[in-house]
Amino acid sequence: MWIQGSSLVEAHPVGSRWALKARERGAKIIHVDPHYSRTSAISDLYVPIRAGSDIAFLGGLIRHIIETESYFREYVVNYTNAATIVNADYRGPEELEGVFSGFDPESGTYDRSSWMYEGGEVAAAAGQREHSTQAFSDRTGAGMMVGNVRSDPTLQDPRCIFQIMKRHYARYTPEMVERVCGVSKEQFLEVAETLIANSGRERTTMLSYAVGWTQHSCGVQMIRAGTIVQLLLGNIGRPGGGIMAMRGHASIQGSSDIPTLYEILPGYLPMPRGRDGDLTLHDYVEGGGSKRGWWSHFDNYAVSLLKAWFGDAATPENDFGFGWLPKITGNHSHYPTMLRALDGKLDGLLVMGQNPAVGGINSGLQRRALASLKWLVVRDLADLETAHFWKDSPEVRSGELRPEDVGTEVFLMPAASHVEKAGHFTNTQRLLQWRDKALDPPGDARSELHFVHHVAKRVMAHYADSEDPKDWPLRNLHWPYAEHGPEREPDAEEVLREINGYDLETGALVDGFAQLKADGTTSSGCWIYSGCFADGVNQTRRRDPGDLDAPGGYVSPEWGWAWPANRRILYNRASADPSGKPWSERKRYVWWDSEQERWTGYDVPDFPVGKRPDYVAPDDAEGMDAISGDDPFIMMADGRAWLYSPSGLLDGPLPTHYEPYESPVPNELYPKMGANPVAITWAHAANPITAPDDERFPHVASTFRLTEHHTAGPMSRNLPWLAELQPEMFFEIDPQLAAERGIEDGGWMTVTSARGEIEGRASVTSRVRPLKMGDRVVHQICMPWHWGTFASSAQGVTGDAANDLIAISGDPNVSIQESKAFRCDVRAGRRNRESTERQAGTQHAAGDHPPEEPRKLGQTDQADFRGER
Amino acid sequence: MASSRPRIFEGLRELPVVGRALDWGLGASAASRETERAGSRIAGLKVTESVCPYCAVGCGQLVYTRDGELVDIEGNPRSPINQGTLCPKGAASRQLIQQPGRLTKVRYRRPYGTDWEELDLEQAMDMIAERMIAAREEHWEERDEQGWKVDRTLGFAHLGGATLDNEENYLLKKLYTAMGAIQIENQARI
Repeated sequence: MWIQGSSLVEAHPVGSRWALKARERGAKIIHVDPHYSRTSAISDLYVPIRAGSDIAFLGGLIRHIIETESYFREYVVNYTNAATIVNADYRGPEELEGVFSGFDPESGTYDRSSWMYEGGEVAAAAGQREHSTQAFSDRTGAGMMVGNVRSDPTLQDPRCIFQIMKRHYARYTPEMVERVCGVSKEQFLEVAETLIANSGRERTTMLSYAVGWTQHSCGVQMIRAGTIVQLLLGNIGRPGGGIMAMRGHASIQGSSDIPTLYEILPGYLPMPRGRDGDLTLHDYVEGGGSKRGWWSHFDNYAVSLLKAWFGDAATPENDFGFGWLPKITGNHSHYPTMLRALDGKLDGLLVMGQNPAVGGINSGLQRRALASLKWLVVRDLADLETAHFWKDSPEVRSGELRPEDVGTEVFLMPAASHVEKAGHFTNTQRLLQWRDKALDPPGDARSELHFVHHVAKRVMAHYADSEDPKDWPLRNLHWPYAEHGPEREPDAEEVLREINGYDLETGALVDGFAQLKADGTTSSGCWIYSGCFADGVNQTRRRDPGDLDAPGGYVSPEWGWAWPANRRILYNRASADPSGKPWSERKRYVWWDSEQERWTGYDVPDFPVGKRPDYVAPDDAEGMDAISGDDPFIMMADGRAWLYSPSGLLDGPLPTHYEPYESPVPNELYPKMGANPVAITWAHAANPITAPDDERFPHVASTFRLTEHHTAGPMSRNLPWLAELQPEMFFEIDPQLAAERGIEDGGWMTVTSARGEIEGRASVTSRVRPLKMGDRVVHQICMPWHWGTFASSAQGVTGDAANDLIAISGDPNVSIQESKAFRCDVRAGRRNRESTERQAGTQHAAGDHPPEEPRKLGQTDQADFRGER
Repeated sequence: MASSRPRIFEGLRELPVVGRALDWGLGASAASRETERAGSRIAGLKVTESVCPYCAVGCGQLVYTRDGELVDIEGNPRSPINQGTLCPKGAASRQLIQQPGRLTKVRYRRPYGTDWEELDLEQAMDMIAERMIAAREEHWEERDEQGWKVDRTLGFAHLGGATLDNEENYLLKKLYTAMGAIQIENQARI
């Protein structure tokens, strides 16, 4: 088990129980992390690494696997795009001093046409340029035509992806890893050899990552680099292998699948984009769908969603109401929205079970943004910093904000807890699990289902007689939910049935997404969840663990329900060899039964069940017919896992080492290019980023979780047991730096950044250690981020919020901030001031550009951040 | 390969005396006479199957109630995910429900106010719906500055979803999209 970018034991304690079980059975555990934690303590091999340097380490692994010919050749040749030939115009960062071909320094973006496969092309995606998040067709590879793509199964052609990768990572040597990451050559080689020895036909290695990888300016590329290692070693789609993305909340997976997110609709369908002229359903399907692979069914899912939302009013004649959906035109994610609020451009905000005043990055900015709203609705179990910022916060204590000057109207609504309502969560492995209601919520506490239902009724009543065309969606919104009991609570199972979908001609529930159609005769609120109510039964409520000791019994297919179609391991066709036989008896999972002429196994096969392994797709085939019998990756138009991503990412087809935005060291591999040139920044006086030559903040800081607390704290800091277990904010600092600064173990210390200043107790410990990188030494300070300055009762605990220190920034692909590596300084003693204002500029300074149109690091006026000192 | 521990648990639960010691698999000899006399702590309680609300592992929980009052929350031994175990947070989740500062009434802070006031739930719902409608109307854009058709409002925004149920997120996204609101975000991006 290989854990990097994750602290499994701290953040997912019961999940880590299985790591320990595996260890008892002989598995080795490797933990690569800047900070020695309880996860490191259960590991056979702990490797300290400089925060944010992971791609250099992973690139080193890729190089080592290729150079020593340790890759699983049959898997790589048959199941990945290693053999595919790339466009002759492609140039990589080795040739262009750190950028890929197509880089435009004016806009800080890439023209990606030269990255394509030879003979391939990307279908034109309307309005793509103006969006910070990429076109859906690009993200999925759905729009790609692969008719005449060439490949060289010998992997010798200099333009095949295997050879491109070999050249790309040639300089990521163990010596370079040591200089960039501070990892010794011996430790690096031990990791590489352990992974290689535990992968292949007979063995598999699992990779676990979490926000230690996602929260970087090249976070998506870190995950891609880990994926490449796993694919080269043949660890994807197989039992004991895979990549476990350890997500941090009970249903953060569910809230991505059925998104409260700006750029997608349920089931990862894209939000429509604004454009000159009307966008029709036909255009939308053309842009998002695909001629080949599973996304060829895109239209079935889009129309079924519109039928679920607009019911009988959605007809073929009116494009099923598609034209009335709101359109996005830029980056409307959390941070630009709060920057708009700070600039006085947002009237209202509804916050449900989130605490941006502590958990939001640059939390001082977030709190000031709340003070600039007209109205704020907060729904939670108890009062918290986000509802209380006007009454007691660092800004109020310092006198920067006075309650009598804050105009925000605040509604703090009591919410029902997880046992006081019925509904389901989706866990980190896509498993949907139903919860029955155990008791009534107290007083006026209600579920969010109750809230949204009764607000919707009020809004719909307001517009019932409107003749304004813009109100069509509200006049025709399909909202049939029955109310139950004295509180008039809607029935969550009725909503789940709508999500599952109906055959509208018979009124019966559909059994899965295969039954969904584009002609308006079916509905489904989220196609990937279709089947969760198969056979008219709430499948998510199933509670039969099965016989765990039987062969494959560990799958427990009748415990809850996993999307899609109750599959527990995605792409599990790859657990068998090209001919359909298990790679090894030990690792059998899904295989071709030649007598029954079907795929079978312990799990639901992730492949057309009757498609023979020797089926060869004709060149002109469309839809799923274009996927051959030995192409396991059916969501990709070419049926292959992508080592190299010809479309889909905005910052390069291959992961490349860039420094964090705020790095104290130059980029050893690409001196002309410090940080990711297409990473997003927001230039705003309240959000300063530390330039490379700024010596005020010489150290690297990173954040971590503790087992005893949960995220921004409201669910744990106010619970007596947990408050007692972890009462205080603290910082882990190495003995050398502590001695230099006169910081004592257990004493107070203060950490400052360009955004703010926070205090806590010093934990002087060799759990963090100075990293020697060539002739340079880098000190790292690691800190938990669970504390905030308000407790809802005397039994709760308070402390300073780590996120006060961090800048708002963004990975170019997904707009996540770089919070796992940032620059700081430390000193002994307590902080001087309550407020973050002095560091962060004045409250009312407007941004330099509209927040929804972020800047890119590589634009010429951001040269400071490219390491050109 | 997982062990068959859940089955042992199930068997134990059927015994007349179910003490904590037995639940931990220590065997009948671990139960004292005192324990036998006291009987099961969970005897006569209603048990409801649930799922832990903290991290994303999805541990099964058993929620014990008496006459609609919460008595305790334990790990569900039948769950193949946690097999009866819980971490410190999951084990403390009774306190999440019964925490000292638990809200039972709507609190309202008027603009420039210096303290909380109490507000009737229905009135609060009316006021919130009015404000959402007003923000939609005041900030409606049929076309944006570049002349592109957008049919939306940037007047209000939403944060949160990772702690909610999928049914709740579904209806939230459905209502907001129908209102033309697009600044809808949750914890998945932080």
